[in-house]
Amino acid sequence: MSQKTAPLATAPDVSAEFSQRPGILPFAQTLVEHGLDLIRGETTTLQINLGFLCNHACRHCHLEAGPGRTELMNRKTVDAVVAYARRERFQTVDITGGAPELNPNLGYLIETIAPEAPRLMLRVNLTAIAQQNTNYLLDLCMANRVVMVASFPSVSSSQTDAQRGTGVLDRSVTMLAKLNALGYGKNGTGLELNLVSNPTGAFLPVAQSQAEKKFRSDLERKWGISFNNLFTFANVPLGRFLTWLIDSGNLDSYMKKLSAGFNPCAVAGLMCRTLLSVNWEGYLFDCDFNLSRGVYLAGHKRHASEMEGLPRPGTRIPTGNHCYACTAGSGFS
Amino acid sequence: MDSYYDPKDLPKFADIGEEAPELAKKFFDYYGAVFAEGDLTEREKALIALAVAHAIQCPYCIDAYTQTCLEKGASLGEMTEAIHVTTAIRGGASLVHATQMRKIAKKLSM
Repeated sequence: MSQKTAPLATAPDVSAEFSQRPGILPFAQTLVEHGLDLIRGETTTLQINLGFLCNHACRHCHLEAGPGRTELMNRKTVDAVVAYARRERFQTVDITGGAPELNPNLGYLIETIAPEAPRLMLRVNLTAIAQQNTNYLLDLCMANRVVMVASFPSVSSSQTDAQRGTGVLDRSVTMLAKLNALGYGKNGTGLELNLVSNPTGAFLPVAQSQAEKKFRSDLERKWGISFNNLFTFANVPLGRFLTWLIDSGNLDSYMKKLSAGFNPCAVAGLMCRTLLSVNWEGYLFDCDFNLSRGVYLAGHKRHASEMEGLPRPGTRIPTGNHCYACTAGSGFS
Repeated sequence: MDSYYDPKDLPKFADIGEEAPELAKKFFDYYGAVFAEGDLTEREKALIALAVAHAIQCPYCIDAYTQTCLEKGASLGEMTEAIHVTTAIRGGASLVHATQMRKIAKKLSM
């Protein structure tokens, strides 16, 4: 975050369809009114999106990932991304999807990028990794101390299954138990297991500390499962979640709720200020949400293979009204 | 007026302070303190509020505390059980008066 020093210029505002909603000030204008500018800081994290193929079609998915998607990062692009990571030495590499496990290059990516990443995270899809025929991926993750980050919206089967699909809670619990048995989420093993809870509807997330306390107690009591940290994030009004908001008549009230919850103090810690996101084709974005909108890094289309250095600190980040999801309450860091 | 209850009126609750600001301030300060985390969590307090809202059948309160419960991490199962508590107490309160009926009937009967 910085105090605003220059007029809003080249960064495109992708909020067109939201800007006209009654009572919603465009995000860019809200920043101006608070004397803020959303600009890049020191980039420390490389987020690699392996593609949109997923075994679920979650109703809150901003990428509209699902079983029918064919976009997958190929080996050549993986090599280009790894080469970039080798050149720039990010502190954290964060692998996501879709379901990363459904990309046959996931193992290769972990093997080749692990030596370049002090902290390697996998947004694990619990049901997809459970469907693997071998323990190859799990063994690889353990050997490389890959941090597992799993979506686990609710301890209620009706709410989890409503968001992610029938039977997902039970299958997720089974996989979490297996991860615990391998040492993930257990003190002293060095194997970190974190959970992410998104609201199962058009409401704001629970305060993280309260949610973590409740999940820890419920998961232990119901299934004997332990984990390290729980993160709560607001659903972002893009993709399939946006469609659901419109179809269910919740869009206006949800956008009002998000914009009313704008916390100027959250802007400094936004993940887009320190993260670089790369899509399945190898192109670069400021965050996974701008990736889903096709709004490139600082508004310019660049491939990882041609990127020289890290994005310059101070570069303005393209915004849209979906950014309200990251600045509501304590924010999305 | 199309209806006595209009969801658009709920955000106007704070306007009640226009006529009696000191009393309103005392009420809203108290209200905020009541729902802050204490020995009971905010989630537990929201569930109690939801249950009471159903007991007094206040549509504003039901709307507000359904949303609050969800945002405080209550599951639909917990919320449904809370309303069953309301129902049990309301039903029980009726049923327990059968003791009066039985006492009177017993006195009048052979």
